[in-house]
Amino acid sequence: MSTTASRRQDAPSAGDLAPASLRSRHLLGIAGLDAGEITLILDTAEAMKEIGTRSVKKVPTLRGRTVVNLFFEPSTRTRTSFEIAEKRLSADTLSIATATSSVTKGESLLDTVRTLEAMAPDMIVMRHASSGAPHLLARMCRSAIVNAGDGMHEHPTQALLDAFTIRAHKGRLAGLKVAIVGDLMHSRVFRSNLILLRTMGADVWTCGPATLLPPGLAQFGGRLTTSIDEAVEGADVVMMLRIQQERMHGHFFPSVREYFSLFGLTPERLRRAAGDVIVMHPGPMNRGVEIDSAVADGPGSVILEQVSNGVAVRMAVLYLLAGREGQGGEA
Amino acid sequence: MANRLLVKGGRLVDPANGVDGAFDLLIEDGVIRRVGRDLPASDAAVFEVPAGCIVAPGLIDIHVHLREPGQEHKETVATGTASAVAGGFTAVACMPNTEPVNDHAGITEFILKKAAEARLARVYPIGAVSLGSRGEQLAELGEQKAAGCVAFSDDGRPVATALLMRRALEYAGMLGVPVIDHCEDPSLKGDGVAHEGLFASVLGLRGIPGVAESLMVERDVSLAELTGAHVHIAHMSARQSLRAVRAGKERGVRVTCEVAPHHFTLTDEALDGPVKYDTNLKMNPPLREAADREAMLDGIADGTVDVIATDHAPHHADEKMVEFDRAPFGIVGLETAVPLVFDRLVHTGRITIRRMIELLSVNPARVMNLPGGTLAEGTPADVTILDPAMPVTIRAAELRSRSRNTPFDGWTLRGGVVSTLVGGRVVHAATRESHR
Repeated sequence: MSTTASRRQDAPSAGDLAPASLRSRHLLGIAGLDAGEITLILDTAEAMKEIGTRSVKKVPTLRGRTVVNLFFEPSTRTRTSFEIAEKRLSADTLSIATATSSVTKGESLLDTVRTLEAMAPDMIVMRHASSGAPHLLARMCRSAIVNAGDGMHEHPTQALLDAFTIRAHKGRLAGLKVAIVGDLMHSRVFRSNLILLRTMGADVWTCGPATLLPPGLAQFGGRLTTSIDEAVEGADVVMMLRIQQERMHGHFFPSVREYFSLFGLTPERLRRAAGDVIVMHPGPMNRGVEIDSAVADGPGSVILEQVSNGVAVRMAVLYLLAGREGQGGEA
Repeated sequence: MANRLLVKGGRLVDPANGVDGAFDLLIEDGVIRRVGRDLPASDAAVFEVPAGCIVAPGLIDIHVHLREPGQEHKETVATGTASAVAGGFTAVACMPNTEPVNDHAGITEFILKKAAEARLARVYPIGAVSLGSRGEQLAELGEQKAAGCVAFSDDGRPVATALLMRRALEYAGMLGVPVIDHCEDPSLKGDGVAHEGLFASVLGLRGIPGVAESLMVERDVSLAELTGAHVHIAHMSARQSLRAVRAGKERGVRVTCEVAPHHFTLTDEALDGPVKYDTNLKMNPPLREAADREAMLDGIADGTVDVIATDHAPHHADEKMVEFDRAPFGIVGLETAVPLVFDRLVHTGRITIRRMIELLSVNPARVMNLPGGTLAEGTPADVTILDPAMPVTIRAAELRSRSRNTPFDGWTLRGGVVSTLVGGRVVHAATRESHR
């Protein structure tokens, strides 16, 4: 098809950024990345971050490329972050949310995506409630697929922006004690972060109520505890996960009050951590449920920085995947 | 003039009659007339059995979904029985979760009429325990038995309450037929889609623990003990269930059980394989972990497991080509069972060929009180001829079933079906090409 030729023509020159590339043309999860690829994305994001500080926050890198943001689940920050990243790279973008899609008319996911593909987008950024939905698309469709969160499986760009934020503060990932606290079982943020941080050599402690620990978690690697005090003790990074209040109905915990008293991050608990601890949260936060406002707004909180860094990291991912396509690679 | 066929050569294995050796089989008007060494052909047509092949009583699959009436886009009685005979099965028992559910004699009669028209495998309908399989009110089991049902089950879901199961066992026991239970605690299963364990956690899939099955097996074993009736445990997959069945058998409870080929072949690790989230690996009960598969293999070898049944569950490709958690449970099994049993059980030394015939023919007939499972003189000539050395490559596109949902596409296995005879009629004969 003629689109292939025109894609190659418009491919960005490697120019001032690192010439290395990713092995896959999709970003389905952290699970497919090695330490070198993770470092490449984070290094690329450093350059992208600078663009966001200019008065004209736009580069022509993805000019003429079409990116579709296909969100089958409500999302504000991730979708906005991708949209801004795409616009700063000069891509033509289109965002579709479930309420306005054909899904409500009983169309299958594959038919929805193939219909979009008939209009020749280059990349599809997808959020979906079903684990593995992006893997299905990657197998059956032509476009490069970026996973913006699939079910309880992975949320790779969140883990990358978290790593970027940690690196910005600590200068490294290896050897840091990182505590991840909350609803581990249902969290895609947790899975992507655990894989990434362990790949990069961090000492990861996971903590949550016994009812919300994924079965087989011990085999994931990392340290496991149901005591937040133990998890936070001496930690360089404390990452809190959102707890969905509906979980009470699955008998996972008795009440929000009890959850906060056993697993909430308070200033008192945070005193056990390292002096220069940073506190993270992927959002949206439930103040007074998993995190005390005094911590969320306190001196160690980098929660808003995470949001800012999300744009740079997503620019890096889109740029690298586009470059991967420009080489005409198939994987 | 009698229609006579001499099945000549090969090794005849008929465990029900203690026969194993070089015997010929003379069939007259669809009935086995004589079993003996070097029988003369005289005026009979001769079916030469290739050297090294096994002549066995017709295989019987007591757990299939023929989908008719109501879901003919997945399978029909005709396509399902074509799949059965291609897989070496001369008879199948079909589950009642059709649309509408087979909870009335009229539906049983309809299925039997379709089977008679197809003239392939024999079909034995299984009726619903409760109206609509809703677990609220007993179906008319007596009427259903009179119409041709050989057992009762609410398969697809468990018999809902302990009280209903108790009454069903008592009532079916009075009729002399078993109740088959799909064992699963609904609250523990929840909206699970894969075995609860490492791989479901890694892939972010909701889990179904093994005890969701075994809790219900324990309930049913206790109720069979209370009522003295016969309960048959469908598609057993968890090691805890095997323990419960074994304990029940040891104290004399009338409990039997079956295992499906995918549960002694695959584990949940396959979900994380080269094709992640392959919906052809989604079935209920789910593929379990290695320790469970080992337990099934042990149970098959030591006799705790009575029957190998496929749980043949055809689904249209469109239905399976969706997100993993939205795909229907189940895979087709009729045409892959024999190669898997040979390759994974016989050639690995876990079971003998005699035991294989018990698991696939003798015991299924006994468990369901069906004719068959024997090559005795005077019985209908349902015969399966097997080649333990036949190289078989599974090709989903070439299955006789209307559906293609198998995880074994492309697998190369050793051991297959040469020919299938129902009532003395050759209803399937493998061509050399078809198994190369």
